[in-house]
Amino acid sequence: MATMIKTEDLFYAYPAEEGEQQTYALQGVDLSIEQGSFVVVLGHNGSGKSTLAKTFNAVLLPAGGKVYVEGLDTTDESLLLAIRQRVGMVFQNPDNQIVANVVEEDIAFAPENLGVPSEEIRRRVDDALKAVNMSEFVRHAPHLLSGGQKQRIAIAGVIAMEPRCIVLDEATAMLDPIGRREVLTAVHRLNKEKGITVVLITHHMNEAELADRVIVMDHGRPALDDTPRKVFAQVERLRAMGLTVPDTVDLLDRLKNDGWQVPLEALTVDECADAICAVMHTN
Amino acid sequence: MEPILQIKHLTHTYGIGTPFQRSAVEDMSFDIYPGEFAGIIGHTGSGKSTLIQHLNGLLKPTSGQILLNGKDIWAEPKKIRNVRFQVGLVFQYPEYQLFEETVYKDIAFGPANMGKTGDELDRCVREAARMVGILDDQLEKSPFELSGGQKRRVALAGVLAMEPQVLILDEPTAGLDPAGRENLMANIRDYHRNKQRTIILVSHSMDEIAQNVDRLLVLKSSHILMSGTPAEVFGRADELITAGLDVPQVTRIAMALKQRGVDIDPAVYTVEKLEQELLAARKGGAVC
Repeated sequence: MATMIKTEDLFYAYPAEEGEQQTYALQGVDLSIEQGSFVVVLGHNGSGKSTLAKTFNAVLLPAGGKVYVEGLDTTDESLLLAIRQRVGMVFQNPDNQIVANVVEEDIAFAPENLGVPSEEIRRRVDDALKAVNMSEFVRHAPHLLSGGQKQRIAIAGVIAMEPRCIVLDEATAMLDPIGRREVLTAVHRLNKEKGITVVLITHHMNEAELADRVIVMDHGRPALDDTPRKVFAQVERLRAMGLTVPDTVDLLDRLKNDGWQVPLEALTVDECADAICAVMHTN
Repeated sequence: MEPILQIKHLTHTYGIGTPFQRSAVEDMSFDIYPGEFAGIIGHTGSGKSTLIQHLNGLLKPTSGQILLNGKDIWAEPKKIRNVRFQVGLVFQYPEYQLFEETVYKDIAFGPANMGKTGDELDRCVREAARMVGILDDQLEKSPFELSGGQKRRVALAGVLAMEPQVLILDEPTAGLDPAGRENLMANIRDYHRNKQRTIILVSHSMDEIAQNVDRLLVLKSSHILMSGTPAEVFGRADELITAGLDVPQVTRIAMALKQRGVDIDPAVYTVEKLEQELLAARKGGAVC
């Protein structure tokens, strides 16, 4: 499969205060993200996960190493527009990324700036709203929407650029459980139906359950990189990195320490219950 | 024991006489007792925020009463400020409300406005800072140099420094990472244990509520849907789910086991408790 984003020995450092030692937020990251995949990036605050995400569409440029978006080098300024059209970003605070007073105008903002003809803009706006299940809000005022609805508008605004990849930088952190579910459903649909590559940065473990791949960042490097099942089975390592594990895995881990022969690779409630029943059955 | 807060038939209607008229709180009644760690849970729009803004007099009831230590807080509207000193409210994302030049001054703002000065003020500030894990050498820093989690601690300390009888926390851990969430909740639990003060925790997270509170209220569409201990409320998990609310993941595991014929109390809501139940069930020869 083709590669969407590739990083090579990527380093990044934020400007240091006077007299303070420069610390690297990213320390030699080598990653390759496949087209059409759904990748979740986890990590505690300060692990480098958001910094990494911001290098994916040249919001931040490497201090060392390279980032390629479909082969385009993000440090080449002449490619900036092409890169940003390919990789769209959705940020944490829904109130900071809406620019217009009417939903459809907000979504039309990016394609207008790209010089897309107006009939084509109409089509893209309608398609984008449909993709995030917000069609009925086309003429609403964004400030009267809920957090989850605003984030879906922000996602629609990105989709209207017809990107190949969407990066969500903790886009669910400020939402309530319903809003979070709405946003997750929307991005999973985009991934499945339109084949858009999704990179979801989060610290909610349960958002990783349905991903193809989970990358856990620690100290500016990927510490774990595997399927959700395999990653969450590493209970001790996750805890050592300041992360929690889902309660399903926590329970199985405890039972395992109590001497039960249970697998740790159960993520859903039903898988967990089945694993426990299997043991009880052999009793 | 006399309740510290009594909410009697509270109703709050926004936009009376306009086409947007809507009751965010309708005929809610409940009591909060001294030293209690109470929880309020409900979706966005269920009336949580409107409700808590009544408890320290930021909003005035459309009808009904709020009694603090048996006295109607609106009996003397000019003294409502005193109510705000006794009932401290920490808003969502309180770090956006920091404004002073130093952490120390920011924490001191509330108690100084209460009239505290000198050594007394200094003691309140330092004690509050210590309770939330802000170190002495951070007190002279600008609050804006701190990380998000630390800023939130400073904002919390600013309310703790007023030494309120009742502390209301609106989504205190929203947006923090798992370690940050756990640290902050540990600070809050310590405060509760050491000071024996009343706490009302408002949260979207059933898991967070389940792990911390003695008693909880579940709000739905401007009404109280349920109230009781976590065991009582989560024992009615089916009803919560039907009402479109979450239950703790542990409760869902217990329910799934029960469905598979394991004889287990579906009201368990912590991993430790479920582990114990399962060990006991297996010893008892339970098979599914």
